[in-house]
Amino acid sequence: MTSKTILINPVTRIEGHAKITIHIDARGNVDDARFHVVEFRGFEKFCEGRHYTEMPNITPRTCGICPVSHLLASAKACDAITGRTIPRTAKMLRELMHMGQFIQSHALSFFHLSAPDMLLGFDSDPLKRNVIGLVAAAPELAVKGVLLRKFGQEVIKAVAGRKVHPDFPVPGGVNKALTAEQRDAMLKGMPAAFETAKIALDLLKGYHAKNLAEVEDFGNFDSNYMGIIQPDGALELYDGNLRFCNAKGEIIHDQVPNAKYLDYVAEAVEPWSYMKFPFIAKLGYPHGMYRVGPLARLNICSHISTPLANAELKVWREKRRVQTSSFYFHWARLIELLYGLERVQQLLEDKEITSTDILVSNQPQDPVGVGIVEAPRGTLIHNYWVNKDGKVEKVNLIVSTGHNNLAMNKGVQHVARKYVKAKKLKEGMLNRVEAVIRCYDPCLSCATHAIGKMPMVVELVDADGSVVDCLRK
Amino acid sequence: MSTNGKVKVATMWLSGCSGCHMSLLDIDERILELVKHVDILFSPIVDIKVKDMPYVDVGIVEGCVNNTDQEHELKMLRERCKVLIALGDCAVTGNVPSLRNQFALKECLSRAYEQTESTKIACIPNDPIVPKLLPKAHPLQEIVKVDLHIPGCPPDADCIWFALTELLAGRIPQFNEKNMRYD
Repeated sequence: MTSKTILINPVTRIEGHAKITIHIDARGNVDDARFHVVEFRGFEKFCEGRHYTEMPNITPRTCGICPVSHLLASAKACDAITGRTIPRTAKMLRELMHMGQFIQSHALSFFHLSAPDMLLGFDSDPLKRNVIGLVAAAPELAVKGVLLRKFGQEVIKAVAGRKVHPDFPVPGGVNKALTAEQRDAMLKGMPAAFETAKIALDLLKGYHAKNLAEVEDFGNFDSNYMGIIQPDGALELYDGNLRFCNAKGEIIHDQVPNAKYLDYVAEAVEPWSYMKFPFIAKLGYPHGMYRVGPLARLNICSHISTPLANAELKVWREKRRVQTSSFYFHWARLIELLYGLERVQQLLEDKEITSTDILVSNQPQDPVGVGIVEAPRGTLIHNYWVNKDGKVEKVNLIVSTGHNNLAMNKGVQHVARKYVKAKKLKEGMLNRVEAVIRCYDPCLSCATHAIGKMPMVVELVDADGSVVDCLRK
Repeated sequence: MSTNGKVKVATMWLSGCSGCHMSLLDIDERILELVKHVDILFSPIVDIKVKDMPYVDVGIVEGCVNNTDQEHELKMLRERCKVLIALGDCAVTGNVPSLRNQFALKECLSRAYEQTESTKIACIPNDPIVPKLLPKAHPLQEIVKVDLHIPGCPPDADCIWFALTELLAGRIPQFNEKNMRYD
């Protein structure tokens, strides 16, 4: 049943970044659908032998869209190795940088990648269906979106020194204090940022209202959910224990300390993808499929600690307590964007944010360190083992998009069942497949190669392994 | 030049983190100015449904060459562009992805897919659908001729902007101490 001989000719190879195969049985029914990740770089091996303090510089090169998340997961794993608690201001500054990252990343996802579909239409001219087309069609909105992303990037730059790949968090704290001038400059930008976030939310809610049937059915399937939360169950993005829920929102495991993640999460490898398939250990493979990221975080949390975002959460949950349609990812992302802005405001207004008490000693004490954060796309796990000199002996990473691997495959299957008829791929399938994957906003450099607008080839594979139909773009 | 007088550009993302494309987006509102002069015909940041890689004036490549697909794509772009730019340290030197070159490829794969502590169902991906990894990761110039190197991890947005505007003015960018400072 597996695809033994799929030939990809040189022309399709140039666009082979995201490959999808649909497998059908002898009667022509969809048997399986696979989203193939085609990139491997080997961080788990080549970090061996480095000093652990180098890890926050090396590992963010996993991903230039969410480098700040890798940086923080890495720094937290290193904190654990030092066995020290970092100063309060250092923790606040790290979270501030993290919120800048959420703002820029979620703004990018909405304005640059998703809004063109929603505003220009899924079936509009592909050459214009991008942020540049949005600039032409709705210049004022596009500019607001670009400036909101810029605001997030500027927060990162002000706090951490540069926009992409800063080196600001270090084991034991951070290496730069915030000045009052920098704080005030950021505060000045807040009103415009809040306004744009509200415009985006209104746009999205309008789209949901107008396209109810489609958004409710879109990549809609049951799964488990995972993420970190605060001690009282509130939404958390920087530091908290793990919670696992089932499709009904019932808790499977709660308040799991970061260092114990290996008892709860396991991974499988399939020969047809370089991205591994994490699953909830207790539930087995593949039944232990779970989703992470904005949808999962809003499903597992009891509430949000900031007022504006919490009010929006209540609207998001109006129809049901747990949202299962993949389209709700977009809406959840904008609620988190609002939460990010509220947290930036709160952190900047804290008297201690400009304190210079930002670093403790960073001698290695513990041979193992685990650091977990919520990246924009979901839970990110870094785990290092070091010797007594702090030299890294082993590394394990489970990246955000990886957690969603089983779910993305399931989403593609869901679409395939509708769009495969009589051993033919129906037109319109590519956009839907792409859209279902884009709901997860896959941080594809963690895994593949596209900022969401993915060159794609879909092949329909017969029971005997031959390709009977192919669509590409 | 295309018929509308705009410069045709392709951008490509090989083995890298996308940070250089992010830095390109960090030109922010200057993108409005850029699209007056440039048609981006092939890029991970725009939605392209062409069946084939277009012929362009400028090809901009992020990342190094790590597998057979990437080697093929890069060679094809080289044939189809007039000026090829290696953007960022991975493209220029191999940078972080080439750290694997100190280990045998087999060891890297084995660690990731067989030995990692969370991996319970193990195998090494080898289906023909996934591209074959090259024994070593290569900077672009080991595979094709490169016309311009822009170093940095990533290069600063202002530096990318300078390079693009110089090229649009018909000049090969001459970097100096000032515009190569990223902090």
